[in-house]
Amino acid sequence: MSTAASLPVLSACGVHVTFPGRRGRESARALDGVNLDVYPSEILALVGESGCGKTTLARTLLGLERPSAGDVRFAGVPLAYSPRSLRTYRRRVQLVLQDPMGALNPRHTVYEAVAEGLRIHGAEALGSFGDEATKVADALSRAGLRPPERFFPRYPHELSGGQRQRVVIAGALVLDPQVIVADEPVASLDASVRGEILKLLLGLRDDSGLSALVATHDLGLAWNVADRVAVMYLGRIVEAGPVETILRSPEHPYTRALLSVASTAGGNPPVILSGEAPDPSHVPAGCRFHPRCPALASGVAAAAGIAEACRSVDPGVLPGGRGAGVACHLYPPSS
Amino acid sequence: MSAAQLAELRHTFALDKPVVVQFGDYLLRLAHGDLGVSFQYRTPVLRLILEHLGATVYLVGTATLLAAALGLWLGARTAWRRGGAADRANTAIALTLWSVPTFWLGLILIVVFAVGVGPIPGLFPTGGISAPGVTGIFPVVADRLAHLVLPCLTLVAVLYAQYLLIMRSSLLDEMGEDYLTTARAKGLRDTEVLRRHAVPNALLPTVTLVFLQLGTVVSGAVLVEAVFSWPGLGSLFYQALTVPDLPLLQGLFLFFSASVIVMNLLAELLCPLLDPRVRTG
Repeated sequence: MSTAASLPVLSACGVHVTFPGRRGRESARALDGVNLDVYPSEILALVGESGCGKTTLARTLLGLERPSAGDVRFAGVPLAYSPRSLRTYRRRVQLVLQDPMGALNPRHTVYEAVAEGLRIHGAEALGSFGDEATKVADALSRAGLRPPERFFPRYPHELSGGQRQRVVIAGALVLDPQVIVADEPVASLDASVRGEILKLLLGLRDDSGLSALVATHDLGLAWNVADRVAVMYLGRIVEAGPVETILRSPEHPYTRALLSVASTAGGNPPVILSGEAPDPSHVPAGCRFHPRCPALASGVAAAAGIAEACRSVDPGVLPGGRGAGVACHLYPPSS
Repeated sequence: MSAAQLAELRHTFALDKPVVVQFGDYLLRLAHGDLGVSFQYRTPVLRLILEHLGATVYLVGTATLLAAALGLWLGARTAWRRGGAADRANTAIALTLWSVPTFWLGLILIVVFAVGVGPIPGLFPTGGISAPGVTGIFPVVADRLAHLVLPCLTLVAVLYAQYLLIMRSSLLDEMGEDYLTTARAKGLRDTEVLRRHAVPNALLPTVTLVFLQLGTVVSGAVLVEAVFSWPGLGSLFYQALTVPDLPLLQGLFLFFSASVIVMNLLAELLCPLLDPRVRTG
């Protein structure tokens, strides 16, 4: 492995995003110290329940949201938020949204949707391609829409859900990005189409060296496409590591609970989380998961003598990087 | 008036025939483009309408175009900065003007800007479409425009609110859409996202409204035309109502209804041109 490949292409470094509270309510800590690295040619799955901050993290990594503390780094350089540098950045990091019907302008043809990025970024985005039409055709066929010319004059409403998502992906690919940030890219698609879109992502990683951050609530999806998994709970990464490690031997009680409901074949009884749904405007003291933690409720934590720490001591923020890590008092770091 | 004269008049206007026959005759003449003869002017109704149509189109057309332009522009701005002070002020002003009785606003404008109040001199004519005895191209144009200002201002003030509100709400609908995020993530600046994506799509329902409105403004300008003695269809209608000049009223009603229907049809025909989703293969 070369040294270039071992450096992260996109990183979140201690990213906090706070949304001001409305009408006297407390402000919401949507992201509360996130370290996350995306390496070249890898697919990183960001897993968590809805409302945990996945979408906010995805938006922040794209520069659509400004962190209130910490920074987003691309190839080691902190992202600047001037219009000019954002524009340059957006050629490198592209977005794929959940609902392909909403993500496409209903009044633009496929050609216009894909060519828009090229028009925004001008001649340098064309690269070695002579003209816009061949570049658009190339992106469409890389996204699996062949023959591309047949799709040029079509409107989104004339396409199937899978084809629309391919158009969205082609719109991202046309700029030759290094990273694609996909927020629930297949959640709104039929099961049969899901596999094709995931296969497409894997193919792009293998053929073009594309990296992808895939935010999802679906562990099965993470298992199928991801090289690494990061599990998010209430604005923080609570466990991260290679997909094999996380999904075969999860450590954090939250990851275990997620897995127990995802895999019906495992034979283990599902762990149903009790307690109130997490609220980013009232992050619990101590470990943020402790009010719902099955290990604390069942007395496992008390037996290990850490129940008090769970309630009062913050287990801290996981570092980024490739290694496996878990933010839980049951597993003290490098003991 | 003697009984003989009455009978003579009844015979002239065919009022001595049974009602069904009268109606049949009316429909038959209508099919030939004959709207009857005005009691008051003793002229064919159709000719009267056509004579007065120009003035109304000149006034109402100008006012609708200005109101639509103003309303759409303000609507886009207020939606983009929704909840702000400018949004609230603009919406409040537009709604207030919309609620104001047209004739009252017209009278106030005449008092202030045509008659003159205190330090304000009488800037514009109190009514009519032109002053007599003006010659030469530029004086005539200037004179026509000066006469247009106040009635047009009144109509714009009353009309622009609905364009503002429609534009504002349809743009707010669009602004929740994901494709704006996609466009932003591709590198478009916010103002370009608004101009290239959000506004064109929000214009769809608004354009339909403009056309529907065009049909009704022909008749809706009655009060303004009456207040400003504008020699258009509205004034004609108002005078016919005071007589009452039944054939003329009937003809005008028919004309107003037809114009609403024609504009509806135009709006329907325009829709597929603007929205690919309505187009059929």
